[in-house]
Amino acid sequence: MSTQTAPGTATRMTIAKALNAGMRAAMERDPKVVLMGEDVGKLGGVFRITEGLQKDFGEDRVVDTPLAESGIMGAAVGMALRGYRPVVEIQFDGFVYPAFDQIVSQVAKMHNRSLGALKVPMVIRIPYGGGIGAVEHHSESNESYFAHTAGLRVVTCSSTEDAYWMMQQAIASDDPVVFYEPKRRYHERGVLDLGEHGGALEDAPHALEDAVVRVEGSDVTVLTYGPMVKVAHAAAQAAELEDGPSIEVVDLRSLSPLDTDVIEASVRKTGRCIALSEAQTFASITSELAAHVQEHCFYHLEAPVLRVGGYNIPYPPSRHEEVFLPDLDRVLHAVETLLEY
Amino acid sequence: MSDDEVAPEGATPTGHAPPERDITDGGPDMVQFLAADGTRLEVTPQTEPYAAYLDDLDDDDLRGLLRDLILVRRVDAEGFALQRQGELGLWPSLLGQEAAQVGPGRAMRPQDYAFPGYREHGVAWCKGVDPENLLGMFRGVNHGGWDSNDNNFHLYTIVIGNQMLHAVGYAMGVDRDGAVGTGDPERDTAVMAFTGDGGTAQGDFNESLVFAAVTNAPVVFYVQNNHWAISEPNDRQFTIPPYRRADGFGFPGIRVDGNDVLASYAVSRYALDRARSGQGPTLVEAFTYRMGAHTTSDDPTKYRISAEVDAWKAKDPIDRMTAYLTSTGAVDDAWVEETQAEADRLAARIRKACQTMPDPPHEEMFAHVYAEPHRLVEREAQVFADYQADFED
Repeated sequence: MSTQTAPGTATRMTIAKALNAGMRAAMERDPKVVLMGEDVGKLGGVFRITEGLQKDFGEDRVVDTPLAESGIMGAAVGMALRGYRPVVEIQFDGFVYPAFDQIVSQVAKMHNRSLGALKVPMVIRIPYGGGIGAVEHHSESNESYFAHTAGLRVVTCSSTEDAYWMMQQAIASDDPVVFYEPKRRYHERGVLDLGEHGGALEDAPHALEDAVVRVEGSDVTVLTYGPMVKVAHAAAQAAELEDGPSIEVVDLRSLSPLDTDVIEASVRKTGRCIALSEAQTFASITSELAAHVQEHCFYHLEAPVLRVGGYNIPYPPSRHEEVFLPDLDRVLHAVETLLEY
Repeated sequence: MSDDEVAPEGATPTGHAPPERDITDGGPDMVQFLAADGTRLEVTPQTEPYAAYLDDLDDDDLRGLLRDLILVRRVDAEGFALQRQGELGLWPSLLGQEAAQVGPGRAMRPQDYAFPGYREHGVAWCKGVDPENLLGMFRGVNHGGWDSNDNNFHLYTIVIGNQMLHAVGYAMGVDRDGAVGTGDPERDTAVMAFTGDGGTAQGDFNESLVFAAVTNAPVVFYVQNNHWAISEPNDRQFTIPPYRRADGFGFPGIRVDGNDVLASYAVSRYALDRARSGQGPTLVEAFTYRMGAHTTSDDPTKYRISAEVDAWKAKDPIDRMTAYLTSTGAVDDAWVEETQAEADRLAARIRKACQTMPDPPHEEMFAHVYAEPHRLVEREAQVFADYQADFED
């Protein structure tokens, strides 16, 4: 993928390539953008998301770091304080915890504790979620930890288009952004339209913190994000094929802050709401969605908000993940429950 | 050991009992220019690389160092008093560590960047941070009352060791900016990272040494070994002293007498020069002692004996420098008295600033959570304002 595609040209590419293209465009635009992480250089990352970037931008801008996540995060904070815009790759979701202290105590709070004098414009990229048959610690959905922390923005993409634009918007943001990448969707293809100006950021179809209605419907709203958008989409299509209920799918995109205007408008229209995630539901994004919807849409609700997500157990060995992860049937079952309420 | 095994006679039950040792003795590797009584020591082959930096100092500079020590101690005493009188919630005293801080503080150039812990009032002073600004966070009006970039002195960091990595990352940025090894004294820049003996046990400390080593970052790690991490002595933190750890990471470690301001100054100059000229990191261990409590909330009589404190009192950094400069004729009693009076005036100014420091308006809580507009924070700020307004009617 080259960002020199002719203006107005639409291209088909994978989410992985779109993330790469987004980073490349950001690096071309701003010499202060620096990628850091384990194996991001020659190898291009274990998922090849940074493939070719070290070759083109050099070792000073695509930095193979020591194998120490807190070290990566703390060093990135220091680089940000010096005026750089680090894009940090955490190799897998389950490896972010050594960096948790730096993220929560330093990255999130630096701007606030300096009374606005300091900024840490970082992006923390985390491939997340299951469904790839991985070993322990490689399939987690830990977005709620970071969404709970004031000072961080948390976003996730579900499509080629969002991967490309949201990555650049996250890098351009003056706030720290935790960018969750749905790893089981990396190799799914979608259309990328670079817009009139060949990929200029102002042509991005949506703002970073906006939710988007992916499928319009009238009976049930499914609020979801990342890897589950595809599942919700499939549920809506299946219901439509069988002349079943009309499902509206809202892709949240931004998990912190939530686009509550879009969420509330959808639920007020349908009167029913499912909050869907791969993540365990207890004290989670889906908990927050359920609480918010009942606080703000109470008189519009025909039924309680239902959460559909991972069971509240440690992520199981991968032979179980087919039943651990919400699928089409679990979503449709929840839809039926709501309609029968 | 299982029950039926018999320990050989004389063996300690665990095999890990620390040897008895004199914690006031820094050992033969320690760089020192002034003996505890203020006598100027002969330069040895060991101290020779650092001694040259003292040749730059004239009597005005030397008096300046002593003035710093006296003023910094007075600022610290005022912070302690303000806490005792209820004006501050907490104060971490640097008593005894003045020379350990003024040395590196004065060794840095304006463009050099310092990343402190929370006890570095002496470094702050040397970097030009007004002591008034240190008080806000201990009074509870802010989390850090200065703009780090005004004086190249970062905000205090309370989570032990976090700042060491920030220093390395900042130094990696300095390197990318081409501000290392140019030979231009106005441009070449180093970074200093401050922590204590307890900090050396942290993962972040050790990761910072790894990152600095492999990137050859222009950073000086400056460990003030004040011998107590709250109630835990050195033998709970390490079995070999911090300066010797540097060797395992692949760069030099130097132990310096932290109560000898000439030594801490000279060694810091040396390490900063290495960093600025592209020779990479250095770990400096300043061998010193925390004469007071960990903070105003601590009671050291529960865990250490007064004889130890007395032994260190005999190594006092201010008495030592005063004796030395008196012997050379650089200062006399009148100069010392006038400097003490200056310190009292500074303390009075700080006291007044503290007592008249306004509480921040509560709506300020919502400011600066994010650099860019944020739906949730804006909505809550409005909810808060509306709620508060209800009480005004």
